[in-house]
Amino acid sequence: MDVETRVQIDDESGILLARRSARELASELGFDSTSQTLIATAISELARNILKYACRGEILLRPVARNGIRGITVVAADEGPGIADLALALTDGFSTGRSLGLGLPGTKRLMDDFDLTSEVGKGTVVTTTRWVRSK
Amino acid sequence: MPVPILAQAPYLIASVQAALTDADLIGLQDSLLSEAQRRRCHGVVVDVTALDVMDSFSTQTLRSLAAMLRLRGVEMVIVGIQPSVAMAMVQLGLTMLDVRTALDLEEGLACLRAIPQGRAGRGR
Amino acid sequence: MTPTAKAKTRISPNGNSTATSSETLKDDLVARLREDRGELLREWVRAMAADDGLWTGATTPEQELDSGTIYDACVDCLDTGSYQAAEEYAERMAQRAVLGVMHYERILSGVLTLRDVYWHSLSRHYLTDPDRLAGALKAFEPVTNKILLIVAMAFNSERERVVRQQQESIQELSTPVLQVRDRLLILPIIGLIDSDRALQLTEQLLGAIREFRARVVVMDVTGVAAVDSKVANHLIQTVDAARLLGTTVVVTGISASIAQTIVTIGIDLSRIQTVGDLQGGLELADRILGYQTIMGEPVASQIVPATAV
Repeated sequence: MDVETRVQIDDESGILLARRSARELASELGFDSTSQTLIATAISELARNILKYACRGEILLRPVARNGIRGITVVAADEGPGIADLALALTDGFSTGRSLGLGLPGTKRLMDDFDLTSEVGKGTVVTTTRWVRSK
Repeated sequence: MPVPILAQAPYLIASVQAALTDADLIGLQDSLLSEAQRRRCHGVVVDVTALDVMDSFSTQTLRSLAAMLRLRGVEMVIVGIQPSVAMAMVQLGLTMLDVRTALDLEEGLACLRAIPQGRAGRGR
Repeated sequence: MTPTAKAKTRISPNGNSTATSSETLKDDLVARLREDRGELLREWVRAMAADDGLWTGATTPEQELDSGTIYDACVDCLDTGSYQAAEEYAERMAQRAVLGVMHYERILSGVLTLRDVYWHSLSRHYLTDPDRLAGALKAFEPVTNKILLIVAMAFNSERERVVRQQQESIQELSTPVLQVRDRLLILPIIGLIDSDRALQLTEQLLGAIREFRARVVVMDVTGVAAVDSKVANHLIQTVDAARLLGTTVVVTGISASIAQTIVTIGIDLSRIQTVGDLQGGLELADRILGYQTIMGEPVASQIVPATAV
């Protein structure tokens, strides 16, 4: 099952669709219900950022595997204004009192691997993955 | 889809359905504010059992709602946050420290009943 | 040990010598044992193999012991008076033994046999000179006793360390959530906390809160192994998650240093209810529960005034 799911985010129904699709895919991959919620919440945050700052973008959901462990990769991409200060974007607001309010540090905590790429005037791409844990 | 609101005097109970849109949430704010005023309610229970995700937007909206109600002398309690939703929320730092929470409807009503009347406002 | 006269006398083939200072005697012993190394090693291995009870079975002394190294290490101790190398070697042997690769009894018995082999050899050399023989024993015996002690202690320490580790692993496997009375749960946390375990703990706790409809949880962290900012964050998150289900968490067992860590990462300690010990925590829990069932009384509310964080 290597099918990629692509969800357009141009209004809030996209957020709901992305969350639902992610939950379905995560469930198929064997994520437990708590992990499914963590993933869906991360997607909700990422999708909201797209709507708020770029007005439109897309969320890609991709099943992946590494060393026999399955996971889900989420790519949230937009062609919006971009983030100037990447370090600040990843700084935790509640310990320093400064944050960009993008919820990125929190989203990073919800997932395992996390990558943020952005260029002012070009757009932003967040690539993040969560792996199935064996119990 | 508007959120059903049940009157159980002197309280109101709003049961949020799944797939709540942003518009639904704003609509809920308006409805609760006007209903609470009309019926001279003492408190509102917002039941979010059906929500499978609570993100920064929904959390902020509920907090604003609680603040607006309190300004009108009406207390609010949120009930039914699912364990996995709670865990996702704390990871995002959405702790909602300024809003009352309870396990379910029964606990929520008990919580509201325990608030001394005429002392609505800053509870601590 | 400063001998007034350190006379280096050549030892004649029949063992006669005029110098008897302890230093010279010790040097002599060491020289003998090194000179006869090949022969004594063989004798040692033979003696061990002949010991019926110990060396039956698949392995031979040659296979299991690095006999040459042990031989040399013991002679070095006699020579230099330093036991550090021996201690290190004993530690390594003990680790292998406790892992089941070597047998403790065989090692100990082997070292005893080596002592006997050394001694027989030295006795033969000084047979005709009782004074020298007595002197040799005085030099030799404390060294071998100390070596035996080192070996025994190394095995003991290693065994204790392994047992302790095993106990800790067992404790870390599962954390019980205990229902003490109606609406009250106790969560004693022990061992090491990493992100995965913290998630698991929180899941278990929230599930228990739902099942027992707990209003208060006393979370005791006395047994938490190491508290750095990550662990402190995990604990705070557990408290926050429980609060979202309407439950007040009272944290007990926070030491002064843990409190310091929490404050350092920027979290306002007044946000969590803390009490020194479990007993105090239970008493506070009772008071909180009591308030919540009496109408009209001031409520120990879950609301914390919003602070700019």
